[in-house]
Amino acid sequence: MMKDVQSVTREQVEDLMFLEAELLDEWRLREWLALFTDDGAYYVPTTDCAPDASPDSALFYVADDRFRLEQRVERLLKRTAHAEFPRSKTRHLVSNVRIRSRGEQELQVGAAVITNRTKMGLTETYIGSYRYRIVAGENGLRIKEKRCLLDMDGLKPNGRISIIL
Amino acid sequence: MDLSMARASPLVWNDPQAGRFRVARRSFTESAILREEYERIFDRCWLYLGHESELPKPGDFVTRTIARRSVLFTRDAKGQIRGFFNTCPHRGAQICRERKGNAKSHQCFYHGWVFGADGALKSLPGRESYGPQFSEQGQADLVPVPKLEAYRGFWFLCFDRNAETLADYLAGAKAWIDLIADQSEAGMAVVGGTQEYQIRANWKLLTENSIDGYHAINTHATYVDYLKNMKGGLSPVPFEGTGYDLGNGHAVIEYKAPWGRPVAQWIPLWGEDGKRELEAVYQRLCQRHGQQRADRIAFLNRNMFIFPNLVINDIMAITVRSYFPTAPDAMQVFGWALAPQEENPWARKFRLSNFLEFLGPGGFATPDDVEALEQCQRGYEAMKEAPWNDISKGMNKARADYDDELQMRVFWSEWQRRISEGQSPRAA
Repeated sequence: MMKDVQSVTREQVEDLMFLEAELLDEWRLREWLALFTDDGAYYVPTTDCAPDASPDSALFYVADDRFRLEQRVERLLKRTAHAEFPRSKTRHLVSNVRIRSRGEQELQVGAAVITNRTKMGLTETYIGSYRYRIVAGENGLRIKEKRCLLDMDGLKPNGRISIIL
Repeated sequence: MDLSMARASPLVWNDPQAGRFRVARRSFTESAILREEYERIFDRCWLYLGHESELPKPGDFVTRTIARRSVLFTRDAKGQIRGFFNTCPHRGAQICRERKGNAKSHQCFYHGWVFGADGALKSLPGRESYGPQFSEQGQADLVPVPKLEAYRGFWFLCFDRNAETLADYLAGAKAWIDLIADQSEAGMAVVGGTQEYQIRANWKLLTENSIDGYHAINTHATYVDYLKNMKGGLSPVPFEGTGYDLGNGHAVIEYKAPWGRPVAQWIPLWGEDGKRELEAVYQRLCQRHGQQRADRIAFLNRNMFIFPNLVINDIMAITVRSYFPTAPDAMQVFGWALAPQEENPWARKFRLSNFLEFLGPGGFATPDDVEALEQCQRGYEAMKEAPWNDISKGMNKARADYDDELQMRVFWSEWQRRISEGQSPRAA
């Protein structure tokens, strides 16, 4: 049962996003997944397609529906997810959080993000912005869609998005 | 390192009688070898530039870095596809600084020279200060790439004016490109969005990896787990197939696999509606090509390598991938998705979904490949003491299986031939 989002404050939204960043950085990925709605989605478009492009018609880096997002989390927790074994250290820095618009049951939220990933003595940086669709459920705010728009020319020098951005 | 030293011991060691094929790890690490690769391979071979579908209208252009040169790939006002070095003939600035777009003409921002999409100088600021014949005979036009030819919509360039034709160069690979191009009635097209990334590894490691049927079970264990967890699971098709030498360093593996193929192997996830869709796609293939060829197109997967740096993998989706070394231990990779133009939105969605499950730096498989390549490169730091890679698998067989290493030996044999061509006996 979705609730009204009219009274949701930016601080509440920030709490959700800062919690999300902490869960990712502590590799508590199943708890992170629980922040999404049952139809939640996570997207990272390629850097030469439009910010609002659809993964049904354009090539993305990541386009996960709820099932694939669950599978991504389970994969990353395995030793056989070689790109993340041993696990990298990450730090998501989330800033410039703003409620961009307010529908009846859904908030559109924007933020800036810098994520550092360190593995095998190398630190790589992902720079971008987040676009969220956030709803209010029985247990508080939930993410219906998270889209990470990279402010980069391709994944250079990163080479992969093996962590969750 | 001095080149004669670089050649003091063999780079490729082929001993068929002993069933052993080895590659010296310094082939992946030495700057002198990278310089040779640019001179003897990238400056002489046909290199993939782009697909005709990227330039549907007159004036459409993309800029692309090919073997370090910025190239303008464009369709002129008459509809002809052209390739120019993206550098002003005046003082050298790049005349086009956008990745893609549409323009009837390109103006160099430095001094304002203007060129048409056919490369001809259109406007010369301060014309009166130049002699009357200054721009005659194309002397002030954009410089075209020395050779530019296409096969079935795939455009290639060559920096060597004396090179053989593209058709001769592609050799046996042409028939396999046909198996891709024949999937569409309207023509194949690149889907919007480029996967562009950098790997901290030697470029030849990606060649090996892109056509390696041997690594899948280990490297991609989590991808196979994922497929098993999908609604309805996989189709009951075992992995099996064959590797082929296509000549001139090109190679392919062709094999059955359990994943869904939009043209046209159904999996339960795609439902009954999907089954009807794919059946229709399959029937049209049969009408156009006969059942035998249709079965091959629809149910077999192909990982194809075209020497030196083009991969066309027709697997759970079709990816076109090219890559260039920027240092012995670094490469830039470009990945595109290719699809039939007439494909309906349903099939396109599943195609792209299939693509991302496995392919690309955010998929469930490619990040582990990138990890493997970078780990190999690190391993080569011990090359003085551990000097050899081994790619002997399947040498003792008359017919190579898809998970043997024939296709890598095809690549390395051509690489060796080109790198050592014209070397003095002492150096070779």
